[in-house]
Amino acid sequence: MTHNFPVLIVTVPLLSAFIISGLSWVKKSLCFPVALLALGTSVFCAIGLLFRVLDLGVVEYHMGGWMPPWGIAYRVDLLNGLMLVIVSLVALTNLVATHRTVVADFPEKHGTFYTLYVLFVTGLMGISVTGDVFNLYVLLEITSLTAYALIALGQPDRAPLASLNYVFIGTIGACFYLLGIGYLYIMTGSLNMADIASLLPPIYHSKAVLVAFIFCMVGVCTKMAFFPLHVWLPNAYTYAPDAATSVIAPLMTKVMVYVMIRLVFSVFLPDFSFHVLHISHAFVWLACLAIVMGSLLALSQKNIKTMLTYIIVSEIGYMVGGFWLGNRLGMSGAILHILNDAIMTLCLFLAVGNISYKIRELDFVHLKGLFRKMPITMAAFVAGGLSAIGVPPTCGFFSKWYLISGAIQAGQYGFMLALLFSSLVNVVLFFRIIEIAYFEPMEPHNDTTGLKGSIIEAPLTMLVPLLIVAVSLVVVGIYSGDIVTTLIAPILPKGIG
Amino acid sequence: MDVLIHHIIGKYNYWLYTILMMIGLYAMIAKNNLIKKLVGMNIFQTAIILFYVSIACKKGATIPIIEEHGGSVAGHAIRVADYINPLPHVLMLTAIVVSVSTFGVALALAVKIYQKYKTLEEDEILMRLRDK
Amino acid sequence: MKKIGLIIVCLSGALLLYATQDFPRWGDPNSPASTHVSPRYIQKSLEETDVPNLVTSILADYRGYDTMFETTVIFAAGLSCFILLRAFKKKEDDLYYRHISTGITLHIKGDKTIPASSKEFERIDTMWTPYDLIIKTVCRFLVPFIQIFALYVLAHGHESPGGGFQGGVIFGASFIVIAIAFDLRTALIRFKEKMDGLLSALGVFIYAGLGALCLLLGGNFLNYKELATILPMDPVEARAYGILGVEIGVFIAVMAVMLSIYVNIVSEGRHDEGL
Repeated sequence: MTHNFPVLIVTVPLLSAFIISGLSWVKKSLCFPVALLALGTSVFCAIGLLFRVLDLGVVEYHMGGWMPPWGIAYRVDLLNGLMLVIVSLVALTNLVATHRTVVADFPEKHGTFYTLYVLFVTGLMGISVTGDVFNLYVLLEITSLTAYALIALGQPDRAPLASLNYVFIGTIGACFYLLGIGYLYIMTGSLNMADIASLLPPIYHSKAVLVAFIFCMVGVCTKMAFFPLHVWLPNAYTYAPDAATSVIAPLMTKVMVYVMIRLVFSVFLPDFSFHVLHISHAFVWLACLAIVMGSLLALSQKNIKTMLTYIIVSEIGYMVGGFWLGNRLGMSGAILHILNDAIMTLCLFLAVGNISYKIRELDFVHLKGLFRKMPITMAAFVAGGLSAIGVPPTCGFFSKWYLISGAIQAGQYGFMLALLFSSLVNVVLFFRIIEIAYFEPMEPHNDTTGLKGSIIEAPLTMLVPLLIVAVSLVVVGIYSGDIVTTLIAPILPKGIG
Repeated sequence: MDVLIHHIIGKYNYWLYTILMMIGLYAMIAKNNLIKKLVGMNIFQTAIILFYVSIACKKGATIPIIEEHGGSVAGHAIRVADYINPLPHVLMLTAIVVSVSTFGVALALAVKIYQKYKTLEEDEILMRLRDK
Repeated sequence: MKKIGLIIVCLSGALLLYATQDFPRWGDPNSPASTHVSPRYIQKSLEETDVPNLVTSILADYRGYDTMFETTVIFAAGLSCFILLRAFKKKEDDLYYRHISTGITLHIKGDKTIPASSKEFERIDTMWTPYDLIIKTVCRFLVPFIQIFALYVLAHGHESPGGGFQGGVIFGASFIVIAIAFDLRTALIRFKEKMDGLLSALGVFIYAGLGALCLLLGGNFLNYKELATILPMDPVEARAYGILGVEIGVFIAVMAVMLSIYVNIVSEGRHDEGL
């Protein structure tokens, strides 16, 4: 059974999504337990697969029994294993934490909501594990389609328009990626990642491969909200329902960063991307721009959720810039930051979800005095904020450390300055919220419960996962060194300095 | 003149589909009405589908269904050059389904927007949002 | 916006056309796409899967994993239209019925209602369409033939162009024809919403379940030759029947989802009256 782990991770949630959909017509109360069971199995298989890959190096699995490149093959290495563990753990935590919100917001349709949720997670896990470029496109479309539907379920006056904008921009991104792999197919005749990588070196200097690279990268950058292609992100994530935002925001853009890393490492080998094309400097400068613009735009927001979405734009800049620095420190920092940013974003959005469940409004005006009302939630929010700023021992500090060291080693001082600028802006952003929530007294007309002065903390099923995530921020931070040496360092190809 | 024949006329299918793709992309970006943007999206995706299908072509070959010449086929060796490449057709079956699904979801979203705002022009909707 | 659009379009178009200089000539049988992976499909598909239609054998066997996710995409689209638009309404208080033979109109208030499948009374509302004899009669004649043709396209997908997707769309279209020629309520009587939802999930479940069955029988996921251990045939024939099985799953799913998307969009979720 253990050699089937690569396929069980994806097919168990897939099958259970159909069971949940059937159950939503027959017996709604069973939908949540089935979803919980499915995602729990995925977490178990993902961790098991990671240990298997640590033992064996690379695990291969051929769908339908056909050898690649005639069939679809999975080729699981440490990067895949790490991504699978991140995706499944975040999805499971969020499922448990937002159960109450979902049942409260969608009383008749929560069965269908859980189906779309599980399909979204299935798509993400499929993207993280596949070894075939066209399979990646199909799974990208499943992920996107379910995300469009989940986002559009938010506030009825703004969410459908935000989602429709996301549809248009997301479709352009996916179609550009499809064009890119079409050009690769014309030049090589294959769709398997490892096979294309072996066929590309003789034709590295052809124009079609260059254009294929450009279109694949532009498509993936559109989907990961890399400035200036980020315009869909703030509206889509702000007006989505809280249960959907806290699973889409930590995962979707990070999995797209993984796709970019996978395309550079395994399809267009690092030799081509870094040495034949001299674009790494351009990418790093664009990343600096993304970081600076994301931070500046976050400063001008009045709604806490929108502020967090601009912080995501800036974090994507960290990862892309760190990767294109081209040295081991920078790439380790970027991959470690995928892990850290997923946990951090999950913590922040779960905290905001708790606040919204109890208080209903998210403007800064309504957050006054919240420390007294919801101390545990705000403590977790502060922990997430400290990680975004980069305070030791939270995990954010360690990935920033790697990124800054990589920038100094590569001589990209602009990137280092952008990172420091972004940390300073994050200090301003989070201390502004801490000041409003801690020091200002609660306004009487904002007190929706009528019980002045007492604690109205969120229910336990929403608090316990939030606390686990906040604690894991520190735990992952402390073990960062081990994570980098055992999991991340073997991923990087030998040729990188 | 040689360049013209070799690059443009020898590959006129790629040129045609690229121009079609760009028309669809322009409609998606520049038009104001949401349904016109949707139509542009459909044109863009259809042009990509046609582009892929044209990759499969082989001069003088027939459709990819193995013909039986009376009795068993095992006796004759199947010549690869007789049949067109079936793989892009398979990929595009998937792409057509994906395009239809995206179009369905986008139409549902447009219906929801129309229910709320009673208009489908993007600038009017943004104006109303700004007034709120 | 138009200027930005023009710049983006010209740039992308120029890049795409610049790359075509390196492409092989159109229709070249020696291009990489025609010589690397596809010759094996063309030469070996008949002896490995017993299916002459190469597109079906690649779609459902060699690259069957992709097709499973494609069916999931269309399933997700049906679900999305449902969850976005469906508005479950309380029963209205005022119902208007017309007795067909005598032409008397009834106005019913309150909880009592005449069942929807009653043959003597038809429901008339503000959006009631007048009775059109020719369209209704032609539709009633055509629909069984459309459905049989859809089943033919499904079953004959091994030898001629066709398969699960094509057949499913034709079958779903037959219900949409009923919805357009009669009215939406008639189509919904024939094919209830709950049955629609269950069938769409069942169709994709058959596909993924067949793959999981192959997994449980000891092989890889979607490796149909494992089915030869439970079916009385050799592995190559088992592949052909595995392909047929997944195509049936796709057919059921696509049929149900086509109707579900149509009903939800056209009635804006209310399921009372459509086009």
